[in-house]
Amino acid sequence: MNAFAKLYYPLRKAWKAVGLYLVIAGPGMVVMVADNDAGGITTYAATGAKYGYHLIWFLLLLVPVAYYVQEMTVRLGAVTKRGHAEAIFDGFGAFWGWFSLLDLMIVDWLTLVTEFVGMTAALAIFGLPPWITIVGVIVLMAVIVLNGRYWTFEKLALLFCALNLVYIPGAFLVHPSVRDVLHQGLIPNFAGGFNGQLFFFLMANIGTTIAPWMLFFQQSAVVDKGMLEKDIPWGRFDTLLGSIITVVVAVFIVIVTGTVLPGVDIDSAAQAASELMKTDRYVGTFLAIGLFDAGLLGAICISLASSWAFGEIFGWAHSLNTKIRQAPWFYTSYFLMLITAGLVVLIPQAPLVLITLFVQVIAVTLLPAALVFLILLLNDRATMGERCNKPSQNFIGGFIVVAIIILSTLYGISVLFPNLFK
Amino acid sequence: MSALRNLLGKLAAINARYREPRIEMSGAVRASLLVLRVYLLALVALMIYKFVLIVTQG
Repeated sequence: MNAFAKLYYPLRKAWKAVGLYLVIAGPGMVVMVADNDAGGITTYAATGAKYGYHLIWFLLLLVPVAYYVQEMTVRLGAVTKRGHAEAIFDGFGAFWGWFSLLDLMIVDWLTLVTEFVGMTAALAIFGLPPWITIVGVIVLMAVIVLNGRYWTFEKLALLFCALNLVYIPGAFLVHPSVRDVLHQGLIPNFAGGFNGQLFFFLMANIGTTIAPWMLFFQQSAVVDKGMLEKDIPWGRFDTLLGSIITVVVAVFIVIVTGTVLPGVDIDSAAQAASELMKTDRYVGTFLAIGLFDAGLLGAICISLASSWAFGEIFGWAHSLNTKIRQAPWFYTSYFLMLITAGLVVLIPQAPLVLITLFVQVIAVTLLPAALVFLILLLNDRATMGERCNKPSQNFIGGFIVVAIIILSTLYGISVLFPNLFK
Repeated sequence: MSALRNLLGKLAAINARYREPRIEMSGAVRASLLVLRVYLLALVALMIYKFVLIVTQG
């Protein structure tokens, strides 16, 4: 009884902290889990099938990479109360502002097409025609964003984030050898030696971890949520937890395909799900559901990132806390992107593979610019005050940014010239 | 027609509002932006080269 009494107060305190976190939780968790979009799931599935558990250690290294980059957007948003697009226009002038905005629009639209490709392929496994998937998704997204409250959108998005965890029970169903996972996965090694193909996979995994839209989305979400400077520690925690969960999910996808499909060349996550269906119906179903959820979450966030950015620059009302009558252009741009991207998937013989490759190349032109602007804006003492980057943050952030720029550039080049690294 | 005029007016107003960068253009900032320009030009040149390759090789 005495032991119970001693436990009661710490447990109640912990429960209160969890409750408080659930109120504050949102931008960091949503953006990180949405990062495991249809393209991301394909990359992880292909990595597991190709290299088994051998690259798990590398995925774990991506936790601090994702955290340090996205954490900067939390501070920038909470201090300036401006989205990333507006911050670039204001900080660096119209030239760099338009460059970033138009590049973001192109990348987001193309990425949105790939999300629809993933969602239609996932539900096609269950026999659903693409047009039903697309109409259903657009209606569902309308329900999510048109309720006139950021809070409701965020909590619904968190629900879809929770569905992303479906890969964890999926991995347990395939009965991987825990010893092999720990032994092969946690000790840094390059299976089969360091060659061009391995390098391509490492770059692809980094490329799926940090995407340009993530910077724009999280900063705008921080502003729309109304986070203040005093909320920054919670925003950091939210981002850290999100980056851990996104990598944990990636690891479990690698475990699934590494256990069941070793040595199989995977071109898409839908193909992986179909292959898994043949060996274990439940695991295949889990992968297909996860792929659909990933595409949906990605689509929600990506289309919002663009609409927020346009709203900031054109001076439209651009908050999810507004009704459609109060912010008609914000919602028009949102649905215009969504519907046109969905329609592309329905065009017979549409060059979808080419679009998927093009996304990676165009993203490479925006990502370095967005990252450089991010570091420079975080060093603007006049605006950031005491939230300005410290030398240690500049060192870590700068190192990560330079590494991402080099690797993502090489990845973009390897997409343009596939034989270069073979 | 008036919608187009409105849009052009809006774009001109945005350009005027953000004509001058607000961030202090120190040496480090200038150097970063210069490197970024060179990087982007190189990348665009690479893409054009790839495009020409695709067109000429069918």
